[in-house]
Amino acid sequence: MGIWTTYRLRLARKRWRLRAFRKRRELTPVVSRINAVRPNHLLLFSTVRNEKIRLPYFLRYYRDLGINHFFFVDNDSDDGTREYLAEQADVSLWRAKASYKRARFGVDWLNWLLMRHGHGHWTMVVDPDEFFVYPFCDTRPLRALTDWLDASSIKSFSAMLLDMYPKGPVSAQPYREGQDPFEIANWFDSGNYTMAKNPSYGNLWIQGGARSRVFFADNPERAPALNKVPLVKWHRDYAYVSSTHMLLPRGLNLVYDEWGGEKASGCLLHAKFIDTLATKTAEELRRKEHFANSHEYRAYQEGLLASPDLWCKWSEKYINWRQLEILGLMSKGNWA
Amino acid sequence: MSVGFVMLCHTALDRAAQVARHWAEHGCPVVIHVDRRVGKGPFRRMQRVLEGVADIRFSERFACEWGTWGLVAATQAASTLMLRDFPAVRHVYLASGSCLPLRPVKELVAYLDSRPRTDFIESVTTEDVGWTVGGLNIERFTLRFPFSWRKQRRLFDGYVRLQRRLGFRRRIPAGLVPHLGSQWWCLTRQTLSAILESPDRAAHDAYFKRVWIPDESYFQTLVRQVSANVESRSLTLSKFDFQGKPHIFYDDHLQLLRKSDCFVARKIWPHADKLYRVFLSDDAGNQPAAEPNPGKIDRLFSKAVERRTKGRAGLYMQSRFPQWNWENGMTAAPYSVFEGFSELFENFDIWLGKVTGTRVHGHLFAPDRVAFAGGEKVYNGALSDSAKLRDYNPRSFLVSLIWNTRGERQCLQFGPDDNQEIGAFFARDPNAQISVISGAWAVPLFRANVNFGEIRKEAARLQKIEAAHLAELRDPSVKAKVRIWTLAEFVENPMEPLQTIIDEISPRSNRRLTEAPRMADLTGFGQFLQNLRNQGMQPVLMGDFPAGDDPRPTTTRRGRPYLVK
Repeated sequence: MGIWTTYRLRLARKRWRLRAFRKRRELTPVVSRINAVRPNHLLLFSTVRNEKIRLPYFLRYYRDLGINHFFFVDNDSDDGTREYLAEQADVSLWRAKASYKRARFGVDWLNWLLMRHGHGHWTMVVDPDEFFVYPFCDTRPLRALTDWLDASSIKSFSAMLLDMYPKGPVSAQPYREGQDPFEIANWFDSGNYTMAKNPSYGNLWIQGGARSRVFFADNPERAPALNKVPLVKWHRDYAYVSSTHMLLPRGLNLVYDEWGGEKASGCLLHAKFIDTLATKTAEELRRKEHFANSHEYRAYQEGLLASPDLWCKWSEKYINWRQLEILGLMSKGNWA
Repeated sequence: MSVGFVMLCHTALDRAAQVARHWAEHGCPVVIHVDRRVGKGPFRRMQRVLEGVADIRFSERFACEWGTWGLVAATQAASTLMLRDFPAVRHVYLASGSCLPLRPVKELVAYLDSRPRTDFIESVTTEDVGWTVGGLNIERFTLRFPFSWRKQRRLFDGYVRLQRRLGFRRRIPAGLVPHLGSQWWCLTRQTLSAILESPDRAAHDAYFKRVWIPDESYFQTLVRQVSANVESRSLTLSKFDFQGKPHIFYDDHLQLLRKSDCFVARKIWPHADKLYRVFLSDDAGNQPAAEPNPGKIDRLFSKAVERRTKGRAGLYMQSRFPQWNWENGMTAAPYSVFEGFSELFENFDIWLGKVTGTRVHGHLFAPDRVAFAGGEKVYNGALSDSAKLRDYNPRSFLVSLIWNTRGERQCLQFGPDDNQEIGAFFARDPNAQISVISGAWAVPLFRANVNFGEIRKEAARLQKIEAAHLAELRDPSVKAKVRIWTLAEFVENPMEPLQTIIDEISPRSNRRLTEAPRMADLTGFGQFLQNLRNQGMQPVLMGDFPAGDDPRPTTTRRGRPYLVK
């Protein structure tokens, strides 16, 4: 890496941080309980919009993992999301009425909150439909992982997005508030992922899975990126560049080994494909607030009309993290 | 009261206190050293917690930075206190604050009682040590290390390089033979007091103060001077990973730890509530007295290190993306590529599947769609048959297919009409067995019902592509097992090459081929090639087919397939 590239990336990082700083004015605090945050607490950051139905399970899942405090940005919900979150004892909540798209899909807002409140903490940045799975997650709490990462001098932890879907039409089984979404969407694609290295940021670019197979078979380069780095020991100088797909400084993106070995990694189970998708799709198409002209949501609309079933006979039924590790979707690395 | 514990504590003092109380209440005196860098508050709290427990002492505090003299000084002070205050102690056991006893104290006492003169300390000469990280063995004793390895790594490394270049060497005091070993030992009163009260102690201390990581060498070296009965192993189960940091034990290691029969284990995760609860309760154990046997745990951790350094062959994923030539197995398993066979033989895939019992695909890289075996639309691992998805990253497609079908050999057809991007990949892959009948693409053209002008054009195109591909396969850097025949050669004697290939695919079957695949009718093929020549296109890859001299009589088309002797 030449001096020029280093300098260019440094400027880019400063620009994203400055942008986050400017966008702070779009955030109005609703409830702040940040005084309850202790130095060793594990924090979670998320942007939500009309996710009331998902939140009870989401909060329970991450509380059980050991998250101590939640930071939410509510993007102008009208379904009671804000009121629900404001009542939670371990939640600090901000409201943003401005454009989601112009805040780079919430990244600017979260970068600001991370800069202010994440410094020195292990921070988790996920969407409300993403559920973190890591090696030994059934027997060891998240703190065991972060303690081990600290002891190993590792600052960022990778978790690939794994699209989960039900067998049969997506809208066939209604999702109840508080329900585990993977009781419905418990299938996934195990071995059809493509990866390439992004030379400028050093991250891997992973695509594939059910979304690519069903919705983007004719247009694979537009299939959504699945590489994510949701767990970072945050420093105020860091910045997420594009969703949680990549960060700066770019050393944080080197979550993979290049010399044949395997680093430890996890998965984000993606509970997008449940019956709430249809309403979400209609709403997002109306708002036009998503990436690249919401082409993703348009593809869903067309795709779901044509073939509402993502399941195929080679789909794998989700059992546990050990299954994902055997299939090669995640790894224990040298954590034993 | 035959064994006393010296505990060196840095963090998680509440857990250390719990363990100290356990030992003290079971009749073993404990001397606790708390790192001086620990604040006053936590230290006082620990003292308060242990107030009133008999036979617990706190020793003078030293700052214990990793790899520095402080750890030895702390051990010396605490051991001296132990020997002075508890005259009944015969063995002194050095433990850390993150140690946990795995067997009842009385079993350890009985074990030591039956070996009253033995010093348990891992002590290995520098030549025989294989585990030092950073490549410093004997140099630990002969160079100077004024800089912190943790905080001033560049200075540390630079200064070591400088000393090497200048040929600087410290003199090792006469009579000392450097030994290294685990920091955690269990020494007898006689040995320990001989080291601590040695007339040369001042000289030894002065020397070891500047040795790199003295806690792994001070006692390990000096014990050789004074003890006649060194058992060179540690009673503490402690495993290190490839970076030299200790592996950590969690609740889910409970059964492994139980079965290890070791007396003490480190390092325990401070929040492993179940481990602390189980092993510190009185009813733990009651197994027959067994020798420590950490074999299973060894295997678990060495597998973890192997996974981190070598990984699983042929796997490309979010946390394993090897650079060119560092793949350690470009694909997960051997596979076979057939070029020209399905053109020359009718129903070649069915025949091959029957003979070898493998999965035989069609042209996986065909331009219109992926021809999976059996015409499947989706295959193992939910691979799609969309040509666009495949061509988006042909390499990912192939390695995924081989990874998804581990345990079942894959065979695939390939030809000049297919996506050529993958050709260079399997040429370089030692797992690939590539068999080529060059020029066989002309057979379908020969039998096609198309205007000759178009055939000529197509033949020229395919020949050019295949020539480039063959050049790739003949490159000296090729690692695949490549065999190339011209069409003429192959048609002359098809059974022998087929037998060779099939023997290689299933070496154990070891049987002669009795049934050959049915070859396409080549009557007039020589004339067809001549026609191409007459039109100004030079077919070269199929070898020598004289015009009018047909290679095979048409009888193979009818009757039963011929038999080979």
